[in-house]
This record gives sequence, C-alpha cells and structure tokens, in this order.
Amino acid sequence: MRDVAIVAFAQSDQERRVQDRNEVELLTPVIADVKEQTGMETADFGFTCSGSTDYLAGQAFSFVLTLDSVGPWPPISESHVEMDGAWAMYEAWVKIQTGAIDTALVYAYGKSSPGDLRAVMSRQLDPYYLQPLWPDSVALAALQARAVLDSGAETERDWAEVAARNRRNAESNDHAQLRGSPDPDDLLDDDYVVAPLRRHACPPITDGAAAIVIAAEDKARELSDRPAWIRGLDHRIDAQSLGVRDLTVSSSAATAAGKARVGDRAVDFAELHAPFAHQEGIVRRAMGLGDDVSINPSGGAMAANAMMTAGLIRVGEAATRITNGDGDRAVAHATSGACLQQNLVCVLEGA
Amino acid sequence: MPTEITLPPSLQGVEPVRSIRTPARLDYTFTAATSTTEFLNGIEQRRIIGSKCPECGKVYVPLRGTCPTDAVEMTERVELPDTGVVTTFCVVNLQFYGQGVEVPYVCATVLLDGADLGLFGMISGMPAHEVRMGMRVRANWSDEPMKSLESIAFWEPTGEPDADYETYKHNL
Repeated sequence: MRDVAIVAFAQSDQERRVQDRNEVELLTPVIADVKEQTGMETADFGFTCSGSTDYLAGQAFSFVLTLDSVGPWPPISESHVEMDGAWAMYEAWVKIQTGAIDTALVYAYGKSSPGDLRAVMSRQLDPYYLQPLWPDSVALAALQARAVLDSGAETERDWAEVAARNRRNAESNDHAQLRGSPDPDDLLDDDYVVAPLRRHACPPITDGAAAIVIAAEDKARELSDRPAWIRGLDHRIDAQSLGVRDLTVSSSAATAAGKARVGDRAVDFAELHAPFAHQEGIVRRAMGLGDDVSINPSGGAMAANAMMTAGLIRVGEAATRITNGDGDRAVAHATSGACLQQNLVCVLEGA
Repeated sequence: MPTEITLPPSLQGVEPVRSIRTPARLDYTFTAATSTTEFLNGIEQRRIIGSKCPECGKVYVPLRGTCPTDAVEMTERVELPDTGVVTTFCVVNLQFYGQGVEVPYVCATVLLDGADLGLFGMISGMPAHEVRMGMRVRANWSDEPMKSLESIAFWEPTGEPDADYETYKHNL
C-alpha cells in the first residue's frame, strides 16, 4: 500500500441559506484556498473528484456545471460520486494506490435549502416499496431513535447531552452554523419534531462546501510539514431495506472500523458524521470508541450538516487537528443513506 | 418484447406485475445569486451586461461570477451592444409538441460585438435559407422586457456586410 496523506483542507461558512452565490461561486473560494495552501494549480492535480447530488439543485448534471469552480482548462482527469465527498476521497485514494497519480483534489458541496429537504432525501429510498410512501428523512431517523430508546441503550436525556456537547464544541468553530447550546435540562423542554426526536436532536439544514487535497509519500511531505496520514480507510453498506436491519446497531460501521483497524491503538479524538443525536452512540459503539475518546471537537454534523459535504468535513476537521499537533491518532467517519445505511471510516495519524 | 418471467409454482396463474407508476414531484425555490440577478436586471432595461476575467481577459455573457477557465472571481462589468455576428446556426424544419413557433425557423449562436462567448437565440426577419455564418444581426427587443432572455424576441439582419471568418473563428 502507498502511504497517502491529507495535506490541505478548506470549507465555506456553513449557513442555513446561501442566496447571494450559486454553487460555483460558493465553491470557488474554497478550492482557491486549498490551491493556495499547497501552491498547486489546477493542472498539477493528478485527479479531481467531487461528491454532490443533483437532487438538491433539482437540475440534471448540475455537478458538471460546478466544475467551473476548478477552472478545468486545459481538460483535466475528473470524476464524480453521487454521494458525500468522503466517498470521492475514497475514489481518489484508490486511484493513488494504483500508482497512476500522486495527488488529488477532492471537493463536495450541498445547497440543501432550495427544495423540501425531507422530501428530497426520500428519493434515495427503494423505488417500489418506500419511495411511493414519501417517508421523510426525519421520520425515518425517528423510527431508528425509537428503536434505540426501546432497546434501553440510551435515553432522551442522553441525546440532549450529545446535542449540547456538540454545539458547545462548535463555539470554537467559526464555520459552524449552530454554535452554543442551552443546558440539556432546558433542551428537554423542546417540542418534538417527530417523536421521539425533539428539535435539538435533529441536525440543522445547511448550505456549504468543502475541499481537501491528498498526496502520496514524498509529495505529501513536500506539501505539508505534518501531513495527516491515512492509515486505514474502508467503507461498507447495510441492506437498503430498513425492515431487514437492526436499526439500533450499525454493522456496516463496525465492519468498516475493523477493516480500517480503528482498534489497533488508542484514538485521541474522533469526528463522527452523526446528524441525529441518537446516531452518535450507535456509531461510537459500532467502532468501539470508549469514553476516553474526545468526540467531535469541531461540533460535528449537529452543528452544520450540508448534505454530501458534512462527511468530507469530518475528514478535513480531523486532518487539520492532526496537522496542528492536537493529537497523533484520529478517526473520521462519514455516513450516507437513510438511518446510517452506508459508513466510511478513516484512520488518520500524524507520524 | 420484454423477457417472459418465470414465476415460482406458488405464484403461477397470478398476473405478473410488469410495471408500476409512482409519480414524483419535488418543488424548489431557486435564487438567481448576485451575478445572475445583475444580468437579469440589466436585460429588463434592455441592457446586456457581461463580466470580464482579470486573468484571461475574456468577456462572458450572460454575466457570471466566476471564470470557468481560470476559476477566479470576475468583478469587472462590461456593457455590450445588442449587435453581433451569427457564428453558427441551424434551420429547424420539424414541428414538435410544445414548440410554440412555426417551422421553418432558425436557431443561432450570436457573438455580440466585444464578447467572447456566444448567446443562443432565434433569427427572424428574413427567409430561413438566407441565414449564413458571419451575418451581422441586431436584437429585436420585445415591447415589454422582463427579467429573462425572452426579452430579446429574436435577432434580425442589420444589412451590414458579413464579418470576415477570421474575426469569429475562435468562437465556433
């Protein structure tokens, strides 16, 4: 295996509704930022890969238009995944492993605000049994939350504490959308959005963009004084049919964490893509992360949850902290699909 | 013909489901963003506004916020005349549902004087078979311009001599 590292990361401010800029204009300064950090131009990247979904923009092939933000002329080698940008990074990482390239630019964006997000996300479900029923994304998360509650693994009070901790962590994150939180006891006075999920237990609707640069071996050392080395990377998927899954656990996250060798050594901190409060515990338990592991120093997806982007941001936030010397070993996690259906786990190390 | 489906014995004699209809509709509220808003506001006043890239110097119309070649923000605005050259065109002879125009008609790319990107439009005011590359045209504005390129009803010949091919060959 080739040693590959994250050498640059940038993100836009994560906002409820970006109206003054289109997707290209939202992304352009973010991509310019990672180019400046690395001193690289468009043509210097061996590969460019993006993650987004046209369902958010309601426009077919909108991801092609968004390539304008890279300045792809003369023509570049490029690809796209209709998934979170963390999976675009996976594709780029595989391409580096083949030896074909040494560097890649990865970006993601999601303007979640133009459509009715809860309805838009229902279009990712199976087209025969679920899509015709239009189950919205919060209702499906609430089904999972109810199962967790009934299993006795967690209480509503636990979720209020998860929400408060994440959003208080976000106070030190200038890009986060929700910074700070009332006390958990006060949060329990919130109304239910879809029982048993109260308002605080749900993620915000967010517009945002992010970009990272990954590089192999000596190239990574040249581009960063302390690259965040990707020492484990795996992604797995659970069955699409919700009825055949045990929603209180995440077998795909557990398998991915095992393959990425999360448990080999101590973990200093983790960035988990758990948009709903009850999902953080599911992912933690699946990956075997103990109470000694600091979770979501950035505030996580409960503080900003741009669709198709919040997972890549988890990777970028973890990498930035490794590069800054805030820890030596971190876990970044991304999820996609309904009720944590797909999970990607990335182990990052500073040496 | 679709492939014949073989059902398990328990389901034989039951009419197979070959397709289902599950209509889906999603509504979106779009915002034009600042750059497109600027262009559309101009069009409403019969002004065509482009943007100029600080790196490659190209003038883009309709105005956009980012140069797609250099990926840099474009802040310089250029007001363009409503005259230009037909760089390429096609004659539409087929009537189809929802077309809204009588055939034959002519679709064309019009390169405005001073612009580096062609605008799409329709040519009228002359027989379709006389439209040609290099022909000089002028916008025919609708009586009530709005925030849409539909404000230019069509492009019509100015009667000036045709432009030399060399002057627009890089914009084909």
